[in-house]
Amino acid sequence: MILRLRYTKNGKIRFIGHRDVARIFERSLRVAGVPVAYSEGFSPRPKLSFGLALSVGYESDNEYLDVVASESVDLGHVLDRLGSALPTGIELREVGEVERSKTSLMEAVTSCDWEIDVTGQDPATVKGSVDRLLAADRVMITRERKGKPVHDDIRPDLLSLKVLMNTKTATSRIHAELGTESRSLRPAEFVSVLEPSVRTVRVRRLHQWISDGMTKIEPHEAVVSRAAHTECAT
Amino acid sequence: MTIDDSPSIWAELEPLLAQVEKPARYIGGEGGMQSPEHALDKVAWLFTYPDTYEVGLPNQGLQILYEIVNESSIGVAERSYAPWLDLETLLRSEGLPLFSVDTHRPATDFDIIAFNLSAELTYTNLLNCVDLAGSPVRSADRGLDDLFVIVGGHCTYNPEPLADFVDAVVLGDGEEVITEITQVFHDWKNGGRLGGRAGVLEALAQVAGVYVPSLFEAVYDGQDLVETRPIHDGVPAQIEKRTIADLGEWPYPKTPLVPITDVVHDRLNVEVFRGCTRGCRFCQAGMITRPVRERPAEQVRSMISDGIARSGYDEVALTSLSTADFSGIGEVISDTMNDPTCSNVSISLPSLRVDAFGVDIAAELQKGRRSGLTFAPEAGTWRMRQVINKLIREEDLYGAVDSAFSQGWRRSKLYFLTGLPTETDEDTRGIFELARNCVKIGKSYTSGASVTVSVGGFVPKPFTPFQWFGQNTLVELRRKVGVLLEENRASRGVQFKWHDPEATLVEGLLSRGDRRIGPVIETVWRNGGTFQEWSEKLDLDRWLDACDAHGIDIEWYVYRHRTEDEVFPWDHLSAGLHKDFLWQEWQDALAEVGLEDCRWTPCYDCGACTGYGIEHVVASATPPAGGSQGTGQDLATGGAVPVTLMSRDRTPVG
Repeated sequence: MILRLRYTKNGKIRFIGHRDVARIFERSLRVAGVPVAYSEGFSPRPKLSFGLALSVGYESDNEYLDVVASESVDLGHVLDRLGSALPTGIELREVGEVERSKTSLMEAVTSCDWEIDVTGQDPATVKGSVDRLLAADRVMITRERKGKPVHDDIRPDLLSLKVLMNTKTATSRIHAELGTESRSLRPAEFVSVLEPSVRTVRVRRLHQWISDGMTKIEPHEAVVSRAAHTECAT
Repeated sequence: MTIDDSPSIWAELEPLLAQVEKPARYIGGEGGMQSPEHALDKVAWLFTYPDTYEVGLPNQGLQILYEIVNESSIGVAERSYAPWLDLETLLRSEGLPLFSVDTHRPATDFDIIAFNLSAELTYTNLLNCVDLAGSPVRSADRGLDDLFVIVGGHCTYNPEPLADFVDAVVLGDGEEVITEITQVFHDWKNGGRLGGRAGVLEALAQVAGVYVPSLFEAVYDGQDLVETRPIHDGVPAQIEKRTIADLGEWPYPKTPLVPITDVVHDRLNVEVFRGCTRGCRFCQAGMITRPVRERPAEQVRSMISDGIARSGYDEVALTSLSTADFSGIGEVISDTMNDPTCSNVSISLPSLRVDAFGVDIAAELQKGRRSGLTFAPEAGTWRMRQVINKLIREEDLYGAVDSAFSQGWRRSKLYFLTGLPTETDEDTRGIFELARNCVKIGKSYTSGASVTVSVGGFVPKPFTPFQWFGQNTLVELRRKVGVLLEENRASRGVQFKWHDPEATLVEGLLSRGDRRIGPVIETVWRNGGTFQEWSEKLDLDRWLDACDAHGIDIEWYVYRHRTEDEVFPWDHLSAGLHKDFLWQEWQDALAEVGLEDCRWTPCYDCGACTGYGIEHVVASATPPAGGSQGTGQDLATGGAVPVTLMSRDRTPVG
């Protein structure tokens, strides 16, 4: 039985790394008594499959983890027991069952919605900068691949950009949908192609999407059954 | 600025954390973390480990005291760790103080900053933390509203190098005395802070086990120390350490901290006994923590099962100075392995005694996942091991290693010391002789067998038989490393690691230094010498320059052999050990005479039991099977020897 967990990573805990999150889930699943399947071999590992890693310092409203359970479990029970075992800031929102798939969670996700707060330039300048990116045919950045600099066009990964201004605090909030299919476009890379003096204040992942070109769903919509906490509108 | 009246500096700290490496060091949030409610009438402790979070978080002493204080109605406790250089720079430029990781309260909001001192090389970090906490580093310069600086831990058996910087020093077990100290501060705070700082310090000096350096003076005759004596009426001239008689009354930590980021020793740690009577003459921990007090086996089992259920850990370490000597060891291991709630939990035994490593224990451990095996023969020849009283025969080591490799382990690690008293090059080379034979044994089982040899430079410590010994010089230690490197080239399958002799020299200065070393520590700190435990941060020239600047002859402090009439800087403190017992041990060491473990032999009157009216608390009169047991004899089956058992309702095992 494969469980798909949906959780948040908000507040102080956003400063822990991806491996830390993995370790926390391994331990919390044990505390919660969820029967996790282990790999074979000399050093068995629990069968956990995470979605796209979230950079240290970024927050998220929707993170995903697939867990292979060694026997059938009650989803509501897992939601309650695991939810209370997880630390503050990692809030378990939903536990669903998914069918076995050849595509891992990480490969399945095609884009992410981000909320990116920036400062260092007045909101109108940021807006102008975003408009120029959208009007461009190509947006080139230099990345490192296997130790060598390569030039990538990231324009195809700029799927949607909206700027919400706050003239009082001189910060701009950008809602960006960034593609992850070829090579995941990271918010920091996106910010680097705005005006040079723009600084990132806060980044939050709002949604992850699985799209086949026709329909676009979130990973938790791919479940066959689910147990979820009712969410307050945030 | 925050708009509410929360004392947290999180809002100011948060943007800085985005700029530092490993920000998770500073966020707290561990399982078992407490967010105590502060109140004006309560005594607020900030327990601080003077090294990085990942080194300090697992410290069991601080975790125990953190729980005990927070359980009391008159105190609150939070934790702090030395910020790494990147955050320190940012804190200083933003004008922010040291803070607690629990509620991110500024250090200035606490009454006491208390340090665990487990290593002398952290002393400059202590000064740095006090400075970052907003208090003057010298106790004489502190005012009524400044922090009180209190230290505990093994290094406090010679606190004199820190005498200028600390307000009070606590000797021995902290479980009982912490509440007595809290009470003294509570009375003082709620009684109008009578007598100012001096008022509370004088009251503290009346608490058994508490030493207030400012109430003592050191008297010198030229270079030589004549005595360290109280300069205030009613202050006892000798400070005795504190000892809890029964570990079973203190099942702490009850809710061990479970970190949410990488730390060292990231596993459940359960202390199975305190104290050690093996009598290794180089080992300060074994001397100052006597007598042996075992935790009841049933309490060990419940601490394991509760801890595993609460934390989700998959590894438990049974900690002590010599865990294989624990009377209930076989029982505890097999019970844990067979406990369905502990399935997939592996057990590790740090500080495995070579001679006590039974095949049974190895077999039991192997049922779960395997962890690496480390042995500490400490010296390369039988002669040398008689000098240091680590009475392991070569056969014991080979038997243990054979047992390990035959059961599937592929690596073993061997710990040694060099620079020991009377050591010859034959002894030094003997280290590799042992290692090569261990590789040979390993290769008979697996072609991938490897043995790691880890060698540290020996530093003589206070309250050990070797406190009179002049430490090997830097030149001599470097030469010995050269001898070992030469041997290493001729030893296939052996990995060689060694400790930096420069760090050994500095550690030697701080270990047996007196009050005159204080200015050296302060100068090194002012010149940026923090995190001296980290080899890349240690700069010997900075220490040598500071010694020159203050007229300190480092060679006199470190390399000088002491005579029987030497007055030590720690003579006014007591770990219960008779000085003449230690001297006799030193003479026996030079005569290459070993001494058996007093748990299973008649008393040698070291002073630790008799002086405090307590006894060894062991559950079995029978030494554990599987080796020479420190007697140099073959006790393969375990032999019963007379021992007085403390009367308590427990079924002996054995």
